[in-house]
Amino acid sequence: MLSAVRAFAISRPALGATATAAVAAVASRLAAKPRTLAAFGKDSRLYHKPARSSTFKKLGKDDVRHFERILPAETILATPAVGGSADPIELEGFNADWLNKYRGSSQLVLRPKTTKEVSDILKYCNDQGIAVVPQGGNTGLVGGSVPVHDEVVLSLRNMNKIRSYDELSGILVCDAGCVLEELGNYVGERDHIMPLDLGAKGSCHIGGNVATNAGGIRFLRYGTLHGSVLGLEVVLPDGTILDNMSTLRKDNTGYDLKQLFIGSEGSLGVITGVSIATPRKPSSVNVAVLGVPSYENVQQAFKLARRRCGEILSAYEFWDANCMGAVLKHQELKNPLSSDYPFYVLIETSGSNKDHDDEKMGALLEELMEQGIVEDGALAQDDSQISRMWAMREGIPESLGKTGPTYKYDVSIPIPVLYDIVGDIAGRLETAKLYTPGEPGNPVRLVCGYGHIGDGNLHLNVVAEKFEDRITNIFEPYVYEWVSSHRGSISAEHGVGLMKRDYLGYSKSPEMISYMKRIKDLFDPKGILNPYKVV
Amino acid sequence: MSSLRILVGVKRVVDSAVKVRVNSAQTGVETANVKHSMNPFDEIAIEEAIRLREKHGKDAVEEIVAVSCGPAKAQETLRTALAMGADRAVHVKTDADLEPLSVAKLLSKVVAAEKPSLVILGKQAIDDDSNQTGQMLAGLLSWPQATFASKVDIKDGALEVVREVDGGLETVSAALPAIVTTDLRLNEPRYASLPNIMKAKKKPLKTVSPADLGVDIQSRLQTLKVTEPAKRQGGKIVASVDELLDKLRNEAKVL
Repeated sequence: MLSAVRAFAISRPALGATATAAVAAVASRLAAKPRTLAAFGKDSRLYHKPARSSTFKKLGKDDVRHFERILPAETILATPAVGGSADPIELEGFNADWLNKYRGSSQLVLRPKTTKEVSDILKYCNDQGIAVVPQGGNTGLVGGSVPVHDEVVLSLRNMNKIRSYDELSGILVCDAGCVLEELGNYVGERDHIMPLDLGAKGSCHIGGNVATNAGGIRFLRYGTLHGSVLGLEVVLPDGTILDNMSTLRKDNTGYDLKQLFIGSEGSLGVITGVSIATPRKPSSVNVAVLGVPSYENVQQAFKLARRRCGEILSAYEFWDANCMGAVLKHQELKNPLSSDYPFYVLIETSGSNKDHDDEKMGALLEELMEQGIVEDGALAQDDSQISRMWAMREGIPESLGKTGPTYKYDVSIPIPVLYDIVGDIAGRLETAKLYTPGEPGNPVRLVCGYGHIGDGNLHLNVVAEKFEDRITNIFEPYVYEWVSSHRGSISAEHGVGLMKRDYLGYSKSPEMISYMKRIKDLFDPKGILNPYKVV
Repeated sequence: MSSLRILVGVKRVVDSAVKVRVNSAQTGVETANVKHSMNPFDEIAIEEAIRLREKHGKDAVEEIVAVSCGPAKAQETLRTALAMGADRAVHVKTDADLEPLSVAKLLSKVVAAEKPSLVILGKQAIDDDSNQTGQMLAGLLSWPQATFASKVDIKDGALEVVREVDGGLETVSAALPAIVTTDLRLNEPRYASLPNIMKAKKKPLKTVSPADLGVDIQSRLQTLKVTEPAKRQGGKIVASVDELLDKLRNEAKVL
């Protein structure tokens, strides 16, 4: 089945003026190859699980003995099945993702403390043909950070030291396993901030952020990690340590190899060290939450915000009424506005001159109100109100998770049609009699959208009673076709992982995918690193 | 109930979320380029005044007046109070450091001019943690006071306040006029809405000086030195129960 889907990816028709026809053709091709979905495990977990590749060695007791010789005992978690003494329950957190959607059955977790140890581990695994899944904070959403079958989990959590910090240039050099929030606190004490911030900051690792090219809520202002990462230390599958730990902002000497690893999702090498530029902490921050009557007005407000506050605008986030309902139900937060609105916008400015920023933000908000673009709003008066407003936006994924099992689609779509897909999907689910908005007792509880308008990035979420075929079939591959027909991306910031590998063809041409595979083969000829994923 | 005027004191302080640092001269905490906001207990005081009006109606609570003593920037804090729902503001403008007694004296003069029948203040400001102004004001005015309020109501023209005390809850009653100081659990202050922020810009804000009020604000205390607390020693991970016991006995000496 996989080869069929991959063949389809290679022969994907070009999209253009005949996009709709092309999509129809794609759909019919897919329909001709019925997709079999299989549920795994006792609970509601559902995804396409590729068969285990027979080229990989089954881990044996000798292998574990070898790791015991090259690593400190406390860094090894091996189950009795491979000659260890760890209770399999201890490996649970490494085998399952936090959505409880993807699950592998690894019997061995290694948590090295040094780059040399990572190198020794990979060299051995490469020689022996043992598959490895590198793992950071395991907060990914596409099944990229957990084993598919019995891959050895290589956790970077013990590599959590800050190597150096230059307060003049703001360049931070640290181990890959440093937790984003802890780095934020560290540079925060030195009047800087990390160039990225996301809801999972309390668990996610900087190495994982880089490996997945994470986006998040500062993207609008500070851009992609392709820009802020200055250097990487990467261990290749054969054990080679690629030391590219530059702290230079400019370095035009040959191919910029580190860029390949940013967003490679652990499929080319294991990132062990990161050198990253951190911006100065803004001394003046304003945050407002707005109540907006329509998606059209969400766009108009964004346009005006850019015009009036362009140079200090640091975030422009939106969410719909269903998201708000879930947040107010599951978080200890109250609505900053006095009534309900179809859409909410969080707007943030960051600058260095409070009077200047206050004046600009004030003028923008007044104009938005006077023109009727927004119907209500609240402006944070102190830092605790700022953090409560952000907690509202950042609490959406968790609140939806508490509402029920959540299908998550993270897509880039041109802003004018960004929200249309939410209505389309809701309509399809209604037609299929799986969903009635506002009415409990249906297989689908909630269809909602939120995201980073400024970056054209929508999170389409569908909360169901349980993960099941008849629901999945409504939006896979429909969502990808839809996105593809608008020349969007099927993964804006969550990556490809296991979830979207078979759909890569919706966003990348056969030629590009072919070259991606050649790059993969170049760095990882035996394919031991994070197999079954990305390409 | 006859119509009430409520006076609420608000202070501009370093934001509660800011990690304060002692300045290099060790004369106080660093305030330059540091975010300032309304003292959280004062936010609660404003909120309570608004809730009393919402509960009893505009006829019962005719006016809410916010007052702040401090530098020019204190007007920002007053605008926040106005945006939350106060009707007008009085700014006692001074760049001097004010001790609680000076503030109480200034407020007593404002009370004499404004003639409120209820004064609500935060129980303390989070910058100097004095917890004195409300009590001193009550003394100067010879008014009853109900401090650390966790519930406030007005019944038959009298004040009824629930206070959190060690053994539980204490309910006290006092005749108006009276002073109330607010505790943390009294209410959760509202956000300032955009329409109200816009309206607040047009609400009257009167500025007076301590000299206008005839109050001497000379400090009676002199700050000799401000230092940071000793740095916390980092934690240690012990390898065994024996090592833990050894450290508890011989290093911490708690066993």
